Amino acid sequence: MPPKIQIQRVGKSFGAAERATPALGEIDLDVAEREFVCLLGPSGCGKSTLLNIVAGFLAPTTGTVLVDGRPVQGPAPDRGVVFQEYALFPWLTVSGNVEFGPLLQSRPAAERRSTVERYLNLVGLSAHADKFPVQLSGGMKQRVAIARALANNPSVILMDEPFGALDAQTREVLQDELSRIQRVEHKTILFVTHSIREAVYLADRVVVMTSAPGRLKQVFPVKLPEVRDRFAPEFTQYEADITRVVREEVAKVRE
Amino acid sequence: MASFLSTVPELMDAGLRGVRLPRGRALALRLGAIAAFLALWSLLSGAVVMFKLFNPIFLPGPWLVLGNVLDMAVRGQLWVHLAATLERVALGFGTGAALGVGLGLAAGHLKPVRYVVEPLVEMLRPIPPLAMLPMFIVWVGIGETSKIGFITYATFFPIFLTTVTGVRQIDPLLLRAAQSLGARGVGLFTRVILPAALPDILTGLRLGVALAFFVIVISEFIGAEHGLGYLINDGRNFFLVPQMLGAAVVLGLLGYTGNALVRLLERRLNRWQHPA
Repeated sequence: MPPKIQIQRVGKSFGAAERATPALGEIDLDVAEREFVCLLGPSGCGKSTLLNIVAGFLAPTTGTVLVDGRPVQGPAPDRGVVFQEYALFPWLTVSGNVEFGPLLQSRPAAERRSTVERYLNLVGLSAHADKFPVQLSGGMKQRVAIARALANNPSVILMDEPFGALDAQTREVLQDELSRIQRVEHKTILFVTHSIREAVYLADRVVVMTSAPGRLKQVFPVKLPEVRDRFAPEFTQYEADITRVVREEVAKVRE
Repeated sequence: MASFLSTVPELMDAGLRGVRLPRGRALALRLGAIAAFLALWSLLSGAVVMFKLFNPIFLPGPWLVLGNVLDMAVRGQLWVHLAATLERVALGFGTGAALGVGLGLAAGHLKPVRYVVEPLVEMLRPIPPLAMLPMFIVWVGIGETSKIGFITYATFFPIFLTTVTGVRQIDPLLLRAAQSLGARGVGLFTRVILPAALPDILTGLRLGVALAFFVIVISEFIGAEHGLGYLINDGRNFFLVPQMLGAAVVLGLLGYTGNALVRLLERRLNRWQHPA
């Protein structure tokens, strides 16, 4: 089976031609169907830039991204995005937000209702269907955003530090939930984070990037069971190995 | 007169804006102010008659004005004029609002449209609309078209500008989220840009309603046979002061009602900002 996402020699520079600062080196990366890949790297390494290019919000300076074999040209519903800042539509209720994608696709009302019900149930927010985003906590908002992305049935899901704005406890709860959801939904996910623990907990593969201009430094396939224990010795071993590699890059930024 | 607060939201509210008055007292103060104004007015017009200060025709008391309004209402004359004014305001404001919101949404979101429309608007906007009234009359005559067109012209500007501001203040992240969910073209406008800019658009509509009543009066001074503005001008010609003041009072009530209606609409449509 061909890879779901093919990132081919993708590079990005910002600014005018002569004084352009490279943000992203040339990156080659494939993500297989149903694979959960975490992009990890020091801040400013271009991991969010890469995600934005895959989402179609940014055009790469060089190279191309293919999703399902088709080149990415701007944002489209085949790539669902979950943002760190939630980006919920504040004038719509929780169920209105989740219904947004199916409504645009002109799905019949009965089907929309069952879709909304299913995904709100999946993220545990059925009781809050009629609330507005201002009435929700950060963790609840991010659950709505995840349900909204899933309900649109995208080919791949892109998550840009989705739990970065949450407190440590809520963060772990949502990691647990995302891991549980992935066991049910089996989506192809590209996930940006700067938390090594989060990456090891969630990913099938952790891709560590170099400091700017970001390139691939090392790829760690995480061979741990689907349901992971943050305190298992194998888990902490992965954490330690990846931490060592990330530290080298963080140190380079400091120099 | 210390009063105890019993909830945290009350405490926060009090900290920011001072302790809220009890409902009954607040209402009493409001109605009292209006009653005091009417009493002072009655007293003044009574004093003019009693002490023969000047010809009492210049300052009829509030009851005389009210009586005149009721008289016009009973004889049916009031409704003809009221309908004429309301029809002009409705048509003129409706067209101005449609143009202002439509062009404002396009200019706010699409740069090429903005770069064409904005310089023209910025060029015409500083000219007080009333300065253009004679030109409207020269161009399209003194009939209905010039009056309605003039309201459209005057109300277009605030509605257009607040709509553009509203659209430009939309969080770009919301637009990206919408596009990733499949919104584009007309759907992006109706499902995201319009609702996101709605609070600003409604402010523009409120300004527009006020301006519509402001300019209709003056355009009805010139070459009209009906309308509340005509009633005022007619009152001036024939020295019917109660009629002048009566029409003004009715205009005031209309403006108040128009504003209240838009506010009601605002409260309904912006419910998501402060849900119960």
